[in-house]
Amino acid sequence: MTPRRTIADREDVLGAIMLAPSLAYVILLVGVPFAFAILLSFSDATAGSLHFGWAGLRNYAAILGDPIFLRALRNSAIVTIGSQVLVVMLATAAAQVLRATFRGKRFARFVLLLPWAVPVSLAAIAWTWIFDSTFSVINWTLKAAGLMHGWLYWLGDPALALLAIIIVQAWRIFPFATVIVLAGLASIPQEIVEAAIVDGAGFWRRLFQVELPLLLPVVAVAVLFGVVYTATDLGVVYILTGGGPANTTHVLPTLAFQRGILGADLGQGAAIAVFLLPFLIVVAVAMLRLARHTEVGAR
Amino acid sequence: MAGIEIRNLRKHFGDLQAVDGVNLSIRDGEFLVLLGSSGSGKTTLLRMIAGLERPTSGEIYIGDQRVDGDVPPRARGIAMVFQSYALYPHRTVFQNIAFPLEASRVPRKQIDEKVRWAAELFSITRYLDRYPRQLSGGERQRVALCRALVRDPKVFLLDEPLANLDAKLRNTARDDLKRFQRQIQTTTVYVTHDQVEAMGLGDRIVVMEHGKVRQIGTPQEVYEDPVDTFVATFVGQPPMNLLETRDPSLPARTLLGFRPEHFLPRSVFGPTEDTRTFRFAVRRVEYLGSDRYVYGSVVETGTAPAEVTIIAKLPATIALPIPEGETHEFAVPRRALRYFDADTGLKRTP
Repeated sequence: MTPRRTIADREDVLGAIMLAPSLAYVILLVGVPFAFAILLSFSDATAGSLHFGWAGLRNYAAILGDPIFLRALRNSAIVTIGSQVLVVMLATAAAQVLRATFRGKRFARFVLLLPWAVPVSLAAIAWTWIFDSTFSVINWTLKAAGLMHGWLYWLGDPALALLAIIIVQAWRIFPFATVIVLAGLASIPQEIVEAAIVDGAGFWRRLFQVELPLLLPVVAVAVLFGVVYTATDLGVVYILTGGGPANTTHVLPTLAFQRGILGADLGQGAAIAVFLLPFLIVVAVAMLRLARHTEVGAR
Repeated sequence: MAGIEIRNLRKHFGDLQAVDGVNLSIRDGEFLVLLGSSGSGKTTLLRMIAGLERPTSGEIYIGDQRVDGDVPPRARGIAMVFQSYALYPHRTVFQNIAFPLEASRVPRKQIDEKVRWAAELFSITRYLDRYPRQLSGGERQRVALCRALVRDPKVFLLDEPLANLDAKLRNTARDDLKRFQRQIQTTTVYVTHDQVEAMGLGDRIVVMEHGKVRQIGTPQEVYEDPVDTFVATFVGQPPMNLLETRDPSLPARTLLGFRPEHFLPRSVFGPTEDTRTFRFAVRRVEYLGSDRYVYGSVVETGTAPAEVTIIAKLPATIALPIPEGETHEFAVPRRALRYFDADTGLKRTP
């Protein structure tokens, strides 16, 4: 019997076969709707009608002249940047703590990861209770500790509502970022840390002059993920404030949903949703370049 | 400048006794080498001196200061060079060397002077603006030494600093290191598993095994007069030959020890020289250029050849042909013979 070449010997064919399912998934469920959204943003299509007329840049012109859109754009930027700054600080601190050896460390790591595992909608509902105008535990705690007089209407005041959204977004991304930073810390050679100790560097000097610079590429990746997750998230804002009070806390995804689906103006909704894309691409490219440039000693 | 005094030092990791009761007195300005295989406890001992590891019990003094307790590494007056050099990859050579000075808040101007002085000393001035990854292994090693030097340490601790260099570079690096240490005359503790490094560098060598010190002595003492069979076979390449003999003039269970370079054809020695002769069944001859290694076993009259492989190292100056598979007359000068107890392994006086 002559040994025959089976499919397992043909790496080109095998590769194509194994790649096909994921490729099909991405094209059908991500690529097609995406292309369709871009197309819609140049149309005057509405929900409930099959009419499809070319609108050119009219949708974009409309939203750019709309103060609610501009506010949502600003909110998106504030929420994304604010939550990521918070995340980087918290994740770096938490990673330092979780790196140390102490009793119950495994349990602490498990608890830390929970927010990541909880469905966003469920968590957001829990947070609406925490920020409740009457029963807010935050207010109660601050009052009981004697730190606050008066009362904070978390979701009723535009500035506080935005802060609440930032807190929830940070809370959601923070475990993931911590795990990434922990992995980054573990990849710093022990000898380098010990060299810094012997060289006389204390904790802060080691953190800021040795560990953080070496962590930068890893942190950049964590931030990149965080930015994309936060900037494109609909659930948190939708459940927490619904864009209110008086459309002051909309971010682009919630506004797109309100205009495009609830308001049935598919064209404008698509334009709002797609508007974010160029920014996210710029952020992604910038982050990846940063990560590459700061890779150990490269210049 | 300071010596180091170590008293009854122990370090246990769980059940493992990494360092098991070490006493050591290192003189001011001495170059001391800790020699041992991996797991002998030599690195743990060094790390305890550095303050990176806390002893389970025992005392360490650097100069007059007792440091085994809570004295952090930076307060011990030590500088350490790691096997991987542990340079900061995101900092230039200049910034690497300046780091310990910045950490002790030396003024900018002084840092600049000091770094340039050290870089000059190791001729790496033209690399000051480069990053570690742009340097060769030898250059990195010199940067690591520079970084250690600028702190003006009382004690240098070196953890296998030559292990990552290729063999050719290692010779010159060893020479540089020794010259440099002679010049600055700072007490140095050097960890290595390489006995050639140990012999070449050390004023004294500490041979360690299983967390215990087996022998302390000058390279010559350790090589020529090993205290037990472990040191005899650990130091020297090829190791000392150990042969159990049925010589009636010696106590029972005595091992004869002799270095391969002393085990030569009988005809090489003069007729008046006091030697002990062996019948040597040659199995194989290895030609190594400057030497010939002759492998075989010693045949004693009336018995089958012993199973222990004996090695003779013949310098190229001995041109005598030695056919394989034949038995030859070999001899060892009596002054080069050593005796060990076969049961305890300890040295025995005949």
